Amino acid sequence: MTGVLELRGVTKDYNVRDRTVRAIDDLDLRLSRGEFVCVVGASGSGKSTLLSMIAGLTRVSGGEITLDGEPVTGPGPDRGLVPQAGTLYPWRTVERNVAFGLELLPLDDGERARRVDWYLAETGLSGLRRSLPRQLSGGQQQRVAIARALACEPEVLLLDEPLGALDVQTKEDMQVFIRQVWKDTGATVLMVTHDVEEAVFLGERVVVLASDPGRMIAEVAVELPTDRDLAIKRVPTFLSLRALIEDLIRSERRSATVPGEATA
Amino acid sequence: MKPLAVQGDAGADTTRRRVNIPQGRQGWPPLPRRARPGRTRSLLAIRTPIPRAARWTLTILSLALPLLAWIALSASEVVSASFLPSPQAVLSAGFEMARSGELLSDLAATAQRVLLGFGLAVLISVPLGIFMGAFPAGQAVLEPVIGLLRYLPASAFIPLLIIWLGLGEPSKVALLFVGTVFFNTLMTADVVRTVPRSLIDVSYTLGAYRNEVLRKVVVPHSLPGIIDAVRVNAAAAWNFVVVAELVNSTAGLGYRIVRAQRFLQTDRIFAVLVVIGVAGVAIDVALRLLRSRVGRWAT
Repeated sequence: MTGVLELRGVTKDYNVRDRTVRAIDDLDLRLSRGEFVCVVGASGSGKSTLLSMIAGLTRVSGGEITLDGEPVTGPGPDRGLVPQAGTLYPWRTVERNVAFGLELLPLDDGERARRVDWYLAETGLSGLRRSLPRQLSGGQQQRVAIARALACEPEVLLLDEPLGALDVQTKEDMQVFIRQVWKDTGATVLMVTHDVEEAVFLGERVVVLASDPGRMIAEVAVELPTDRDLAIKRVPTFLSLRALIEDLIRSERRSATVPGEATA
Repeated sequence: MKPLAVQGDAGADTTRRRVNIPQGRQGWPPLPRRARPGRTRSLLAIRTPIPRAARWTLTILSLALPLLAWIALSASEVVSASFLPSPQAVLSAGFEMARSGELLSDLAATAQRVLLGFGLAVLISVPLGIFMGAFPAGQAVLEPVIGLLRYLPASAFIPLLIIWLGLGEPSKVALLFVGTVFFNTLMTADVVRTVPRSLIDVSYTLGAYRNEVLRKVVVPHSLPGIIDAVRVNAAAAWNFVVVAELVNSTAGLGYRIVRAQRFLQTDRIFAVLVVIGVAGVAIDVALRLLRSRVGRWAT
């Protein structure tokens, strides 16, 4: 079966002064339609660069990224992006933020309003539709960003540490929320996070990256029921998956950052 | 209520205080202590709001003190009335000029020049500044030349403008234009450069084309800042117009000052200065109001 999104041998090099630094090395990844995949890794593993390349905002140095078989050459609404924070249009109300992508399409007002209404209801924002972003909490702002990306009906939704700036309680509520939205919309989601617990809770599959250069060291299938609530975070299967992934990241980091210790 | 407690392995350790001097810190003198700062007086605490009453008192004093000094100085007759006329004399000179209609026609003539010269400058500098701020190519091609031109004093252009455009209106309008267009371009470009890159990137992922990103993201985000730039440069325009009118005019507030000087009518000069000040403040307030309406989302 072919995936919606495929990465083959993707490499990214940066030029730092006169040196070339490899940020991502020979990465292969495939997402099937409707899948929820999380990417975890220590800082410096190129997680955000990876999403930026898939979004088409950063060019690949080698390899190929395809969406439905078509090579990715630039950004577009078929790959919605939700960054960590602060990407709402501050002068637009909630509903007009959600409508941004739809305003660019030849839709009549009724059709656009119907779609905006649906996504506002789905993300629990109907009561805040006339609020400005600065009047919202961090969690509500991220809901708007997710609704705005989903309204364009992307083939893949790219989440770049979307909960990274939130407090712990809000973060857990948002995890449940994202899981629910994924089930309701059938979206294909690729999410980058440094929070292993979050990755296991949300993903059907977790991709583990190592740093210097960023490369894939493992893919872990999350064999947990599709219906998940926060209590699942205490189930033994969950805990051992989490421990397994954390150990992978930790062992990789130790050998990478302290070369002398690796031989001991 | 009895607190809930969990018995842990390290329970005994947490209550123990460390009394030993840590390894490598023997022989260190105690860290010097500074006296605690006294309670900061509430009126002079850095960036802290002050009471309403205090704010109003200070605001009124800011205008009342110079006015009182003026009244006292002219009443004491230390300075001759022909150098420093009394406020009453200035007021009556102003009323007389207003009654004869010359004040209004002068104000209109001056305002028209500002509107033309500065209006033209805004019309050109705002698109130019957006181009310069949005595109590094625009910056590379414009910044060197505009950065140089802005340092040439506008008043130094007066003789040249008169040679080129004659003594009439065009040279005066051109002076205003030259005096404000470069600053407004650079300030607009600075504002445009503050549009977050992430906002531009996310707009592309929502399907926007480049011209839509400019129109629907860069411009609305920059608008309050552009109005601020216009407000600052409007003050400069108001300065230049009087300078322009000092040379060969037949109407305008600057012309009225030169006329009054010829007959040593300092009371009239003062009256015109008051009018210039009030008109400037009025423009400033109007632009502030516009800015706070347009930029309601920003604060």
